[in-house]
Amino acid sequence: MTMVSPQRGVPADAPQASRDAVEPQEGDVVVVLAQIAPRLGDVAANLERHLAIIDDARRGGGHLVVFPELSLTGYFLKDLVPDVALRGDAPELAALAAACTGIDALVGCVLESEDARFHNAAVYLSGGRAVHVHRKCYLPTYGLFDEQRYLAAGDRLRVFEAPLGTATTRRPWRAGTLICEDMWHPTAPALLARQGVDLFLCPSASPGRGIVQGAALGTALSYDSMTRTFAQLFTSYLVYCNRVGFEDGVGFWGGSRVVGPQGAPLAEPLGAEETLMWHRLDLGTLRRVRIAYPLLRDERHDLTDNESDRLRRRRTLD
Amino acid sequence: MSQTVSAADALSIDTEVVTDILLGFIRDEVGKVGFERVVLGLSGGVDSALVAALAARALGPEQVIPVIMPYHSSSPDSEADARTVAASLGLEPLVVDISPQVDAYFERFGDADRGRRGNKMARERMSILYDMSWTHRALVIGTSNKTELLLGYGTIHGDMAHALNPLGDLYKTQVFAMARALHLPRRVVEKAPSADLWEGQSDEQDLGFQYAVVDMLLYHLVDERRTRHELRNLGFDDAFMDLVGARLRDNQYKRRLPIIAKLSTRTIDRDFRYPRDWGR
Repeated sequence: MTMVSPQRGVPADAPQASRDAVEPQEGDVVVVLAQIAPRLGDVAANLERHLAIIDDARRGGGHLVVFPELSLTGYFLKDLVPDVALRGDAPELAALAAACTGIDALVGCVLESEDARFHNAAVYLSGGRAVHVHRKCYLPTYGLFDEQRYLAAGDRLRVFEAPLGTATTRRPWRAGTLICEDMWHPTAPALLARQGVDLFLCPSASPGRGIVQGAALGTALSYDSMTRTFAQLFTSYLVYCNRVGFEDGVGFWGGSRVVGPQGAPLAEPLGAEETLMWHRLDLGTLRRVRIAYPLLRDERHDLTDNESDRLRRRRTLD
Repeated sequence: MSQTVSAADALSIDTEVVTDILLGFIRDEVGKVGFERVVLGLSGGVDSALVAALAARALGPEQVIPVIMPYHSSSPDSEADARTVAASLGLEPLVVDISPQVDAYFERFGDADRGRRGNKMARERMSILYDMSWTHRALVIGTSNKTELLLGYGTIHGDMAHALNPLGDLYKTQVFAMARALHLPRRVVEKAPSADLWEGQSDEQDLGFQYAVVDMLLYHLVDERRTRHELRNLGFDDAFMDLVGARLRDNQYKRRLPIIAKLSTRTIDRDFRYPRDWGR
């Protein structure tokens, strides 16, 4: 794994992410993408790994570490789901929360509800506690996916104010989480944009497939297109952190990146190796892009609502 | 038959992307079960040559144990080609002649036909590879490609038995493309594919059709899930589709674990479902 350099926490071979590029200015935040290969079904080992990375990121000046989808458990869990699930008060989450002082982290886990439903969740930890939980809303159950057999779907898409560790920003950053398949339904980012999102946090466990010549890896192309499009159309930053490694022969392709509000990745996306990637995000850029492209200002929520109401009424009549 | 879509278009792959994925697959899946080495049967054909080349790149040539297992009726060219492949990759092959053990068995069954003999040879080779696996602490790596697996052109518990399979999602046509991309010895890429279970055997004669043609049908049928009507429009005739369709169905059993009579509430592989890489 590419580890951070001792002084500033910049990985030695971070693509185009020089030390200057991540030096935080007033109002900026430093986001660290932890592109890792979790061990399937081994929460203890993964927890240890998370704690080490959070510690490195904090010492390197990071404000937020984003881990991939189901980073504490691995992805193709099948019947392991209840065995690796964590309750909200689980000691593993408490340990991670305790590590999140002076830095925030978004971690992936299976979260068990009191009535024994299991959610594919991303927990945002800050100031020693969980400040937001997103439960994956769209559970893929087709092709090689089988999530609805084992997991319950979330029913909320909410933006929250991200404390962002020790960052001193002019105003709070408004973050919203989309887990992997959530991104394939454009109403999901649109709902977050309507709530004023600045920063899409997109943890993922995307298996690589599609090997046709001249098309690179099929899945990589899809995510390249979606991440650029959503960042640009919703004039927001988008952090995409995909995992790497193999589970039962299925390879996860990595390709983690941060896309800026004009739809361009801030640096070349990562490859398929375990790597930490550092990026500086700033509200000033967000403001400038939104002045140049006032798409959010011009969004017609009245139009969406009216048409949705009309369609709903018509459906009721059917 | 007329072909309105060329095999080259439908089956062409990005060999660099595939190489990267397969090298990662071999490293990861071998390493996490606690092995450093792999063992494979090297026949002199393109499939095992490709697997040997990938494994040598992924793990280092010193971690790859190719076993050449000729029978006295095997073509001498096969062994020579296998040796050429091993030498080109810097591998030290083991040679185990299977004739004594196969002949000793069939002394009792003199009337065995060549299909039966071929299956027996494949299973003797399997038992040797698993013995070498124990001896050398090396994982058995398989060489069955997607065409063979779909058509059932392999011996169950013979060449179809192995711990991991890097080629199982590549059609034979794509295996050739990979072999050319990895610069395997020309002879191995250019000669007619053969299981070499008897003299003069050829895959395409056995099967009754060409890989280039059946791969294209399988691609459109399996990967693209085209309807019969759509396949007809692509130029495939009904008799050929019936033949391939029957092989697909009839050999499904070879691609699955043995069926278990359902009794309890949690039956292995039915409602007891765990990843193989559990905790790895």
